[in-house]
Amino acid sequence: MNDQPLWLTFIFAFLIMNVLLIGMAYMTYFERKMLGAMQDRMGPTRTGPKGLLQPIADGIKLLGKEDLIPRAADKWVFFFAPLIVFVTAIVGAAVIPFGGTINAFGRDLNLYITDLNVGALFVLAFSSIGVYGIILGAWASSNRYSLLGGLRAAAQVVSYEIILGLSLVGVFMLAGSLSLRDIMLEQQTNLELGPLTVKNWFILSQPLAFILFMIAAVAETNRAPFDLPEAESELVSGFHTEYSAFRFSFYFLGEYISMIVVSLFAATLFLGGPSGPGSSDHWYLGILYILIKAIVFLFFYIWLRATLPRFRYDQLMGLAWKVLLPLVILNIVVTAAIRLASDGLLF
Amino acid sequence: MEISGENWLIVGLMTTAAIAMAMTLLILNLIVGPSKPSKTKSDPYESGVPDVSPVQARFTPRFYMVAMLFVVFDIEAVFIFPWAVSFDALGRYGFIAMLVFILLLLEGYVYAWKKGALEWV
Repeated sequence: MNDQPLWLTFIFAFLIMNVLLIGMAYMTYFERKMLGAMQDRMGPTRTGPKGLLQPIADGIKLLGKEDLIPRAADKWVFFFAPLIVFVTAIVGAAVIPFGGTINAFGRDLNLYITDLNVGALFVLAFSSIGVYGIILGAWASSNRYSLLGGLRAAAQVVSYEIILGLSLVGVFMLAGSLSLRDIMLEQQTNLELGPLTVKNWFILSQPLAFILFMIAAVAETNRAPFDLPEAESELVSGFHTEYSAFRFSFYFLGEYISMIVVSLFAATLFLGGPSGPGSSDHWYLGILYILIKAIVFLFFYIWLRATLPRFRYDQLMGLAWKVLLPLVILNIVVTAAIRLASDGLLF
Repeated sequence: MEISGENWLIVGLMTTAAIAMAMTLLILNLIVGPSKPSKTKSDPYESGVPDVSPVQARFTPRFYMVAMLFVVFDIEAVFIFPWAVSFDALGRYGFIAMLVFILLLLEGYVYAWKKGALEWV
């Protein structure tokens, strides 16, 4: 680890925050274009060439709207709840490593904002603090639909939180660390698979954990087919029914940014992060690889939304508690047993 | 990798920057956006029906049940994370101890399932 001056870290953090915001704006564009293609229509086309200025136009439009606060609402909670969603989503990106320490522009630079020894827990913790924003906003609106949406969000997020956390235990066991940088470095070692030598990406040794993690991650970010807190058809948008103008858009900023952060997180944990052909020699290839991997996950999110109908609430809870929980505990026990057996310690 | 205050300082400053960014956008919204309050606008949304009674925060006890189950299994996770990180150091002893712990939890899980705590309807 390279001790770089704080101001360099700040520049990097500032860059990452801006990339996340612009990424979020173009994620909405990407989603609308992809959904359009999957439903055999055009998506946005009018604003700018191929509709490319659409996200910017949307942002400006939302800034010019009236910010309504309902009479019955709890003003302060109503005011601050959307900020919790936005801030926790953006801070979660602080521990994602985009590479190791590189030598560029005549200096040693760290390609991560900070390397916490509990990095993976940090991301999990911040993704679940985000639900406070949803439930507080829903409660403060004092609207029946919002309250139901907020309660659903709370119950759903705590249920899938367990799956999300426990599915990563196998990864922590193999890496022997919670630091995302250590997990990334561990995956750059080689693994012998018969005649093949491949990089030790954890998706190879933890395929079940990867599937469970992806299901739980979709539920944790309240995306289709687990978007019951919003459920347009029954709850008229659920927890953000009463929100308008830019306060409303913070919920969407938060949702899309946490999708991007979770995708980067999954790429780091299971797909080797920035590792790929030539990435050890050229750091910019590493950044390109982790972004490509994250975009694949984001595409997967959109694909799910276009393909699957929404769950019923009892199905959603049944899936978490009756199917995924036994599987995730089985994965922990089997991983531990195999790990012990490979050291010759089991019997 | 060492535990250093500087790492957390960076996290704190990033949080501050995110809050500042959000507040800037909100203030910009206040300046640019119109403000024409009226009684109808500030009514709670009820799909076009006039609001008759205040919202009561009463809901099905299932939600409490889920919260209690969550506490049990989240504490399990709290124990499993440090065990996983130092798995190689603990070796066979740690594995057997954790196996006993997980079996005890599974017993409670089966009990909860048989009692119908996992059924939503």
